[in-house]
Amino acid sequence: MTTETLSRPRAAFNPAWLPRYGVYAAIVLLIVVNIAFTPYFLTLSNLRIQLIQAAPVVIVALGMALVIGTEGIDLSVGSVMALAAAFIPLYLGYGVLAAIIVSLLAGVAIGLINGVLVAKVGLQPIVATLALFVGGRGLAVVISGGQLKDIRNDDLLYLGSGDFLGVPVLVWIAALLVLVVAFVIRRTVFGRRLLAVGGNRPAAELAGLPVKRVLIGVYVFCAVLASIAGLLSVARIQSSDASAVGLLIELSAITAVVVGGTPLTGGRVRVLGTVAGALLMQLVVATMIKHDLPPSTTEMVQAVIILVAVYVARERRTR
Amino acid sequence: MSISLPAFDKGGVVQRQGALAVLVTVVVISLAAFPGFRSADNAGTILVAAAPPMLIALGMTFVIITGGIDLSVGSLYVLGGVIAAWASQYGVVAALAAPLLVCGAIGVLNGILISRTGMAPFIVTLAALLGARGLMRSISDEGSTTFLVRSDVFHDLGTGSLLGIGYPVWLAVVLVGLGVLALNRTRFGHAVHAIGGSEDAAALMGLPVRRIKVWVYLLSGLLAGLAGAINAAKLGSGVTVLGSGMELDAIAAVVIGGTLLTGGSGSIAGTVAGVLLLGVIQNLINQVGNVNSNWQQVISGTFLAAVVVVQTYLVRSRRT
Repeated sequence: MTTETLSRPRAAFNPAWLPRYGVYAAIVLLIVVNIAFTPYFLTLSNLRIQLIQAAPVVIVALGMALVIGTEGIDLSVGSVMALAAAFIPLYLGYGVLAAIIVSLLAGVAIGLINGVLVAKVGLQPIVATLALFVGGRGLAVVISGGQLKDIRNDDLLYLGSGDFLGVPVLVWIAALLVLVVAFVIRRTVFGRRLLAVGGNRPAAELAGLPVKRVLIGVYVFCAVLASIAGLLSVARIQSSDASAVGLLIELSAITAVVVGGTPLTGGRVRVLGTVAGALLMQLVVATMIKHDLPPSTTEMVQAVIILVAVYVARERRTR
Repeated sequence: MSISLPAFDKGGVVQRQGALAVLVTVVVISLAAFPGFRSADNAGTILVAAAPPMLIALGMTFVIITGGIDLSVGSLYVLGGVIAAWASQYGVVAALAAPLLVCGAIGVLNGILISRTGMAPFIVTLAALLGARGLMRSISDEGSTTFLVRSDVFHDLGTGSLLGIGYPVWLAVVLVGLGVLALNRTRFGHAVHAIGGSEDAAALMGLPVRRIKVWVYLLSGLLAGLAGAINAAKLGSGVTVLGSGMELDAIAAVVIGGTLLTGGSGSIAGTVAGVLLLGVIQNLINQVGNVNSNWQQVISGTFLAAVVVVQTYLVRSRRT
């Protein structure tokens, strides 16, 4: 007991539950405030809209969380979304399945490039993915001819705006992917290796883990999730615009991940926290809009939330 | 995967200045291949266009050598431009002082948060990116108001020239010179290197680690604000839409210049070469008029990847 108190000389307000559950507490608080002060907040249609709008960010943030778990970062996710979106109108003539497969393959290709640059060439993740952040969107615009294309395929549109058992398909898919990622992290060899690589890469190498293969796998995983998000965005907006899909989503995704309590230093991934982080930021934006606050205020509030969340969750300096 | 180096490179010039070597190669080839590239006018265009990114990349070099990163500079660049254009109605001094004051303050805030709380620079400056953009939008009525530059003297700072060379270029040259001196010849510069090499060791040596970090982020904020002001002077207005993504260009230039993102080592000369390289590439893409503008980003991205990969192999083969 005494050593415990000695190692924590400053008795600032920072109870033990706050780092871990602060983001959930913030969501609950925001919901309560909204129920009290925002008209029509607690309607089914509003809740649906919130979930639908958060879904693409949630999906991209899941992949980002895995990459950050390896002490990496992926700036190219927005470009991947744009590429996936650009391929859809091109291949929709061969059927929905063909379009989906091609756009997912685009994600695999980009993920491979990122992964090889990071794992084999040894580039810093931020630099390796910066190249495709710049080049990928350009390529997407070239492929799509720089034009916005309307999507008129009912099967694809069902994914974006349809319902299944009363819940939007988009939300089902996002929820399913959350489960998949949680399962991968908690129950698979790949997940354990991923955390080992992120926690201490030299040790992982000494232990004989296939570090390079794990890293490549993580970047491919992340890019495939991003291309799913691109696909769903196209299906929801009912058009494909390579210069607009996924713009700046890398920042939203990174924000969701860190607000959710995943440290940038790797070795740990908070899957549910990431989902909560994305939902929190979505709720903040929605609340601001409902109360007629301008985008400038929203951005400044977001900045404060990021700082507070990371400050609260920061690792205590031990040793 | 090792590549053998040409025999003439015994001194390791190519290894140490990879970006410079690539820059010289690209310029020589372009001089031979593109008539439009050869004119003195074009050289001036490249240099004037490169001046604001040069200032930002200069500050970023210091930040990265301490092992940090500053994502807020793109927002500060835009914010600085908008504030400078607004303040120019009160004269040229106000037009320069106001952006420096605001952007410097945000830089100090970055530095204090990073050095006092132990939060990652990436996160703190990401928040500053959002915050500064929000501030810029609230000043400019959500981006709908464009302030025109009302001071002729200030406007002249961006467009005028001395000895045929634009003022922005002179400014960049002077500040780069001061930067080189500060980084290589002062105790501040040594402390910047030491902190990037090992923060704990620097603290044990008795260096004021926190204070140095605050200075470094202040420097980065000031230079980004100044770059924005210069750009506003050049354009004659504070443009609210440009400049997002400048932070990534700056990071790219610094990295191409051979500064390691892990900190501890880097050179301003390399950064200068990196900025000019990106500028020349952009200029070449414009020269080859029939290149579809959509391809520009593809070429830039590919080139960035190629240069960085080559750089990495050069650095690695030097170590072994």
